[in-house]
Amino acid sequence: MTPPKFEAVIGLEVHCQLSTQTKIFCACPASPPSGQSVSEIEPNTLVCPVCVGHPGTLPVLNERVVEYAVRAGLALGCGIRNDSVVARKNYFYPDLPRGYQLSQHDEPICENGSLEIQVKESPKKVRIKRIHLEEDAGKSSHEFGVTLVNLNRAGVPLIEIVTEPDLRAPEEAGDYLRELHAALVALGITNGNLQEGNFRCDANISIRPSGSERLGTRVEIKNVNSFRYVEKALHFEIARQIAVIESGRSVIQETRLYDSQRDQTFSMRTKEEAEDYRYFPDPDLLPISLDEAWIGQVQRSIPELPAQKRIRWESELSLSSADARRVASDPESTRLFEEAIAGSGESPAARRTIAPVVAHLIVGEVARLKESEDGEFRLAPSHLQELAAELAKGQLSSTAAKKILGLACRTGEAVGSLIDQAGLRQESGSDALLPIVDAVLAENATAVAELRSGKEKVLGFLLGQMMKRSGGRGNPEVLRELIKKRIQGI
Amino acid sequence: MITIREIQEKALQGESSFAATCENLIQKIHQRSKLNAFLSVESQRAHERAKWADEQLSRAGGKIPAHLPLLGVPVAIKDNLQWSGSRTTCASKMLENYCSPFSATSVSRLERAGAVILGKTNLDEFAMGGSGEHSAFGPALNPRDETRVPGGSSSGSAAAVAAGLVPVALGSDTGGSIRLPASFCGVVGLKPTYGRVSRHGLVAFASSLDQVGPLGATMEDVSQVQRVIEGFDPLDSTSIREIPPLPLAVQVRGVRIGVPQEFFADDPSAASGLQPEVRLRVEQALQKYESLGAKLVPISLPHVRHAVSCYYLIAVAEASSNLSRFDGIRFGTRGPRVGEAKTLEDFYCENRSLFGKEVKRRILLGTFVLSAGFHEAYYKRARIVRELIRADFEVAFSQVDLIASPVAPTTAFKLGEQNLNPIQMYLNDLYTIPANLAGLPAISLPVGSDSLGLPVGLQLIGSAHSETLLIQLGRALEGSL
Repeated sequence: MTPPKFEAVIGLEVHCQLSTQTKIFCACPASPPSGQSVSEIEPNTLVCPVCVGHPGTLPVLNERVVEYAVRAGLALGCGIRNDSVVARKNYFYPDLPRGYQLSQHDEPICENGSLEIQVKESPKKVRIKRIHLEEDAGKSSHEFGVTLVNLNRAGVPLIEIVTEPDLRAPEEAGDYLRELHAALVALGITNGNLQEGNFRCDANISIRPSGSERLGTRVEIKNVNSFRYVEKALHFEIARQIAVIESGRSVIQETRLYDSQRDQTFSMRTKEEAEDYRYFPDPDLLPISLDEAWIGQVQRSIPELPAQKRIRWESELSLSSADARRVASDPESTRLFEEAIAGSGESPAARRTIAPVVAHLIVGEVARLKESEDGEFRLAPSHLQELAAELAKGQLSSTAAKKILGLACRTGEAVGSLIDQAGLRQESGSDALLPIVDAVLAENATAVAELRSGKEKVLGFLLGQMMKRSGGRGNPEVLRELIKKRIQGI
Repeated sequence: MITIREIQEKALQGESSFAATCENLIQKIHQRSKLNAFLSVESQRAHERAKWADEQLSRAGGKIPAHLPLLGVPVAIKDNLQWSGSRTTCASKMLENYCSPFSATSVSRLERAGAVILGKTNLDEFAMGGSGEHSAFGPALNPRDETRVPGGSSSGSAAAVAAGLVPVALGSDTGGSIRLPASFCGVVGLKPTYGRVSRHGLVAFASSLDQVGPLGATMEDVSQVQRVIEGFDPLDSTSIREIPPLPLAVQVRGVRIGVPQEFFADDPSAASGLQPEVRLRVEQALQKYESLGAKLVPISLPHVRHAVSCYYLIAVAEASSNLSRFDGIRFGTRGPRVGEAKTLEDFYCENRSLFGKEVKRRILLGTFVLSAGFHEAYYKRARIVRELIRADFEVAFSQVDLIASPVAPTTAFKLGEQNLNPIQMYLNDLYTIPANLAGLPAISLPVGSDSLGLPVGLQLIGSAHSETLLIQLGRALEGSL
């Protein structure tokens, strides 16, 4: 394979909605009451004179927003500014109530961090240039020939996380986003709900001849809110830019939008139409001053991050890397897993036996049940721990384990009593299993003959018949041994 | 003019109830409607409130309760301060029918102290102007001479006090907007230390310079209102958390008054057309202080000669951004031809065409000085100069207790006289602007009049939170000139 002629250079800007109770500059709720989605809320009801931008109103900074931003910054290895400045970004748009957005410009709260991702099994550091605070704008919708403005979202707190142009492929961008998302959710600073727009991405991308050090003209793809769409949009954009260059034209600096239905990007505005935001420090707010003691306090509150957990789980608990990744990327799965393991005793050997089984259950059956069950989900970590122990002891078949898990989720009853009630405790005794083996072998003379002549394939068929007859309770390992013994005439 | 004490005494003596006083004053406002001091008069609301005040008085056994120091006192509010349930127009077509959804902290503090608000006063549109002529609803006139301007931008508040329509009124001061009209109308005006009075509910002109303050007939009244409206407000991040304790009672004897050579220079270009009669009255006032035992100390404020340029860069920059919210989308009036707008740009242009000429001029200037390529040369440099001016004052206040100057280079001028020359108009603020740039308190007090009988004002600038000193010094001069 010849090396590709072009290399992509990608940098990402993520807008992450913080999960504070109130908006960034007023006392309005930052999100709908629990259980309701943003789209279900009556427009312009989560508003007050401040976030509507009435004359005479003044912003008052929500301190929790500062804490969350610093938490993100520290977790991503950033330096925290002791004095940072909230600036006005001036532009006109109907859903921007004051005619300026409060954001940060040349003195952001966090700078110079990094996040590690895995590229082809080896680690890669993606440098983070800055993290800054800002407020969300409202939402405009254009229908029936009019523009409707909904300000429920205006003033919702965001952090913007900007990378250096360190990414080289759409998949790296996707991995970075997944890793960042998992980290921010684990920090407890965002709900990370993609459908609700809690995590939105702008991608800057340019291409250059492979081996070149110079950066090409970059294009910005705005506001993509799924990891997969970011990858697809970047793939499309790389192909488009290569085609432009190979046809002898040059890429123009512009902002493009991604249309996921057509799977292509289209031009929104070119550099000439770009706004001059006339940034200046907001005179209504004092600089944000943070002392080292406070920063230290936030530092100590930072939990172990998904990436660190993953590495530890793989080495200490023998988890497969795929399972470790999936468990670690979801806070609820992480909680279930860690509590189940904690309940399994101190012995490292016991943990190593149980942990991979628990992890596998969580990413497989538990995830499936969560999707399909609509009633109350009563699964407790103890269920997983007990189930894994039974599985490890060979007391339960994997089919039976699935059944028990389903019951546990619905009823919340202890695993032991569920197994007994369902009569699903695995049968491993030869005395109980031999009659079944003999009956099935007697009914399938042809298959037995084939097996004798060395066709190992039919073993599975015979085993299946025996499992069926045992009501799924027969221990397949024991059954296999028994068949072999019978065939060999022992 | 009338005073708080007179009004409360009359009620206490049973000579005139608060309700009767309120009625009389509202009648007087209507009689003098030609002054155009008020943009709205809330007769009904004021009447009910005055009756309430009378009830409170009788309930308290004929005494003014300590927690209601302004009980029954009629006041007027500059129409750029929100007063819940009434219109707040900022003297602009843009907000002609805008009704306040809440009250400014300074306004609700007045109400909580028992005051009776009569209505909202005229101003230069969005407080931008020095004469009061830039009101979309016509200029207020100077009660001392109705062919002359009352000064701005708190034109209506100063005119209302001077005409005896109210004892006290609230104004706002960004570059002299309380002190200049106080001087032109012959009343007392105080611009407090930046952050001492909450800006919550004050429609912003230039946020880092704006400050709410009182105008009144006497030092006593201005001081009383100031004590009511000042104090920390969690709704204004720039408001001062704890006001430093007051100094012990000050005597004029021994006070060091700084006289900046830049403000009294013989070089006419440096003093920018300081009228000889104004200069004379101010110097007489200083001699009076000297005779009372104060010490006059010549000082220098080397950077104040850049104050006007610096101010007109910072103020317009902030204004251009502060006024962006007036787009006719969520509140306010829309342009008459907005229905014909084809693009979003048309829509904005049409709605924002409702701004008056002076406001447009400042928005354009402000947008320019903040724009890419000019930001460094203008806005950033102005901020540096502002720090130099602040430092000048710091040096000065290590040598003196306060600084004296004229309030304005002239007495009240004729309506229309300076309309054609905005620069001339901007130079009226020469003496008042430095205190705003440095965030310092300053007071304007009447010190006699010129040969036409027009009042002359003396300005005293103090160090941060020296309001008490300014008022004590003002009181020493009151009535003695």
